[in-house]
Amino acid sequence: MVALTANAAGKTELLIGNEAIARGALEAGVRVAASYPGTPSSEILENLAAVAEEAGLYAEWSVNEKVAVEVGAAASFAGLRAIVSFKHEGLNVALDTLCHLNLTGTKGGLVVVVCDDPGGWSSPSENDSRAIVQWLNVPLFEPSTPQEAKDMTRWAFELSEQTGTYCVMRSITRVSHTTGTVVLGEIASRDTPAHFDTSKLFVFVPIIKKHGNLLTKVEQVKEIFEKSQFNYYEGPEHPELVMISSGSGRLYSAEAVECLRLEKRVGIVHLGTTWPVPAKFVEKQLSQTSRVLVVEEVDPFVERNLKVVAADSGWLDRDHVIYGKASGHIKPVGELSPEIVINALARLTGIKHEPRSKEYDERAKQAAKDLVIDRELMWCPGCPHRATFWTIKNAFRLDGRDGFVSGDIGCYALDRRGAGGYLATKIALAMGSGAGVASGLGKLDQFGFSQPVIAVCGDSTFYHAAIPALINAKYNRSDVIMMILDNSATAMTGFQPHPGVGVNAMGKAAPVVDIEGLCRGLDIPVEVMDPFDITENTKRLVELMSDRSGARVVIMRHPCVLLRPPGEKTPFKVSVDISKCRGDECGCAKYCVRAFKCPGLVWDRTRGRAQIDEAVCVGCGVCTCTCPASAIMKEPSE
Amino acid sequence: MSKDKLSVDPLNIVVCGVGGQGNILIARLAGRSLAKRGYIVTIGETYGASQRGGDVMSNIRLSVRHRYGPLIPPGGAHIVLGLEPLETLRILVDFGNPQVATITNTRPILPVTVGMGVTQYPDYDELRRAIAQLSRQVWFLDATEVALGLGSVRLTNMVMLGALVGSSLLPITKAQLEEEIKERFPKDTLKPILEAFRKGLSHTRATGCA
Repeated sequence: MVALTANAAGKTELLIGNEAIARGALEAGVRVAASYPGTPSSEILENLAAVAEEAGLYAEWSVNEKVAVEVGAAASFAGLRAIVSFKHEGLNVALDTLCHLNLTGTKGGLVVVVCDDPGGWSSPSENDSRAIVQWLNVPLFEPSTPQEAKDMTRWAFELSEQTGTYCVMRSITRVSHTTGTVVLGEIASRDTPAHFDTSKLFVFVPIIKKHGNLLTKVEQVKEIFEKSQFNYYEGPEHPELVMISSGSGRLYSAEAVECLRLEKRVGIVHLGTTWPVPAKFVEKQLSQTSRVLVVEEVDPFVERNLKVVAADSGWLDRDHVIYGKASGHIKPVGELSPEIVINALARLTGIKHEPRSKEYDERAKQAAKDLVIDRELMWCPGCPHRATFWTIKNAFRLDGRDGFVSGDIGCYALDRRGAGGYLATKIALAMGSGAGVASGLGKLDQFGFSQPVIAVCGDSTFYHAAIPALINAKYNRSDVIMMILDNSATAMTGFQPHPGVGVNAMGKAAPVVDIEGLCRGLDIPVEVMDPFDITENTKRLVELMSDRSGARVVIMRHPCVLLRPPGEKTPFKVSVDISKCRGDECGCAKYCVRAFKCPGLVWDRTRGRAQIDEAVCVGCGVCTCTCPASAIMKEPSE
Repeated sequence: MSKDKLSVDPLNIVVCGVGGQGNILIARLAGRSLAKRGYIVTIGETYGASQRGGDVMSNIRLSVRHRYGPLIPPGGAHIVLGLEPLETLRILVDFGNPQVATITNTRPILPVTVGMGVTQYPDYDELRRAIAQLSRQVWFLDATEVALGLGSVRLTNMVMLGALVGSSLLPITKAQLEEEIKERFPKDTLKPILEAFRKGLSHTRATGCA
C-alpha cells in the first residue's frame, strides 16, 4: 500500500472515505488539523495525526469541537490551511464559534468536515447538518464516494481562500466508512510561514456590514457552483423522469435505474454542491422533464431548496411535480438504501419489482422466524461500567427512594440497552448534560423533590462539556453526586487520547490534566473508588445519597478492559462451585445470569446450573457477589 | 493489472460475523488485491457500536464497468462468507437468492441473551439445513477449530479468507492474496497467518461444496 503521504499522482489506491478526506487535505497542503473523536468522523484526524511529523503538519484532539474550530480558525487567520472535523453532534457544540466565523471571514483555506450518521448507527441522533450550514450561509459540499470526498476536500481549500470564508463538507457514514478505489493527486508543497497581519481585523463588527459581506460572498460562490464539475447530469436526452441526488443518493439512484432497466427513460442529476443552490444549473435540469424524484439522506433539504428554485422559475405547476420525502415516496426517517430508492422509482414508473422468487422469499422468512435470534450489544466482559452500574442499582434499592441516573454519552449509555444493561439511566441528552440536568434536579427540593440522583459521565466527556455543569452545581449550591467513570480512554470511539492520559494525538508525551486536582481546586469533595470494590462502594454511595450537602464528585477509576494487553494474566480465576449452585431448584430464578448479565457467566441448560465461559471470562471477579448461595468463587490467578 | 470479465457484474460479496471476529480485515485484504487487478471495488461496512458484541457485516462490490454504492440490495448477494453460523443465516435471509454460494464457519458464538437463559441458540442441525436450503452451493468448515490448532482464535478470519480464495468464487489467486497478506503484516507475525490462510484454502479447494 502506498502511504497516505506518497506523492504518487495518478496511482489508484483503495481508501476508506475518511482516509480519502485526509489525503485530500494533504494534497491541498494542510498545516493544521483539529478534531474531537466521534463516529463516523474520527479516522480523518487519526490519519492526519499518524503522518503529522512526516508531512510537517500539526494535529490535535481538541478538548471539544468548539475549541477545535477555534484552533483551525487560528491557523487560517495566520495564513495557513486547516481542516477541522467532527460528527454531526459536534457541529452543535461548535456552532457558537461558526456562526461568528462566517462574519469575520478567514484567510488561509479552512475546511470543516461534519460527518452525519443517517440511521444513528453510532450516535444519539440522526440529525441532518445541512439546514444548519444553510443558516450559517457558507459553501456546502456533499461527496458521494471516497474519490469525490478527496477531490472536494482539496477543492474546498481553494474555494475558501478565493472567497474568504470557511467551507463545510457534509460526509455521511456511507461515505466516511465506505472503502473505494481513489485516484491520487499531487501533494502541494506549501511553506508559507505563519504570520498574523495586524493590519487586518477578524472581528464581527460592524455587524450589518459583515452580514452584507457574507451575502455578497454567497452570491460569488453561487456563480462558481453553477459551473462546478461536481454537479452533472447523466442519462437520456429527453427523460420522462429525473432523479436529483446528493451524497449516497447518487449511486443508489444509478443502481435503481439499472435494476429496473430504465436507462432510456430516467436520468440522474448529481448535486455535489448543495448550498448555495446553483439555481441556473438546477433550472436547466428541471426544464428537460416534468417529473423529479429527489434522493438524499435524512431531511428533505435539497428537495425544499429545489422547490424554491422551481417556484421562482415558474416550472412548478400541476403537471410539473417534485417527488421525494414530502410526497411519501421516500421515508422521512432513517438511512437511505438501494431498496428504498428502487421501490420509489418502481412506484413512480409503474414497474413491478421482485428481487427474488416468491418461493425462496418464503423459505427465507420461515428460516428467520424459526431460527434467527437477535444479537444484542452490551458491555464487554470485565467492563468496569458493569461493576459501577451494579453498585448504583443496588445502592438505589437499599436507599429506597426511587433514585435514578442522569446519564451521558459514552459506553455507559449501554445501561439503556434492555438485554445487557440495568436501566438505571432514566435521562440521557448530550455530552455533559448528565451533570447539568442533575444540577437542576438538585435544586428542586424546595418543591418536594426527594429522589436521589447520580450524574454519570466519562473521563473524556468530563473534559469536553461537564466541567461548566459541575461549576454550576457548586456555585448554585445544588445537591449533586457527580460520578466520573474514569476508564482512561475515549473507549466508545476507538481509544483516542484525551487530556487525562498523558499522550497527545501525534503520540507524543503530554501533561496530564488531573480530574481529582481540578475538582479539589473547585473546593468540591472528591472520592476515588475502584468500581470492582462492590460492597464498600455500595455502602458509601448510600451514605452519600442520604447526605444532601451540595456538589460532590466520585471518581470510579479502572482502566477499560480492552486496554489490557493480550496475553496478560487475568486478576482472578473465577469458577462456579457445582456443589453449592442449586441451579434450577434454587429460588433465585437464575439471578446471577438474569440480573448481572455478563457474557462470561452463562446458564448451562443441560446441567441446569450456572457456569463460567472460560473463553469469554476475563476474571474481574465481580459476579461472585451476585450468588445468594455464594457458589461463584474467585481466587487470584497464578 | 489483469482483470477478467466477471461472471456477474457487479459481483456482490457479504462477509458477516460478530464484532471483533475480523470481518473488516477480510474485506480490506480481498478488496485491495482485487483493486490492484484493476477491478472497481467498493466496500461498505458498519462499525462503531458493533464492536460491543453485535452483528457486523461488510459488503464487497466488484465491477469492471462502473462504481456501485456501498450497500448490496436485498436478495442481491452472490457470495456469503460467514464467520459465525447464525450470522450466516441472518444474512442469507436478507441477501440470499437461489444463486448464492455460501462458505460458513460452523462454530457458534452465543448471543448474551442465550447465556442469560432468556433465548436459545438455534439447533445446530436445523441451522445447517436452513443454510444449505438457502444456498446454491455451500461449504461448512470449523474455522475456529483450525485457528485454535494454530494457536489463536484470532486467526479464524484468515482461515475463512483462505476458504474464500480456495472456493475459486473470486477472480484472485492464492499467490495474489498471499502477497497482500505479506504487505499487511509484520514479517515476524506472518507464519501462523499464512498457515491459517493456506489451511482454509486447501479445505474449500479439496472438499468441494457440500
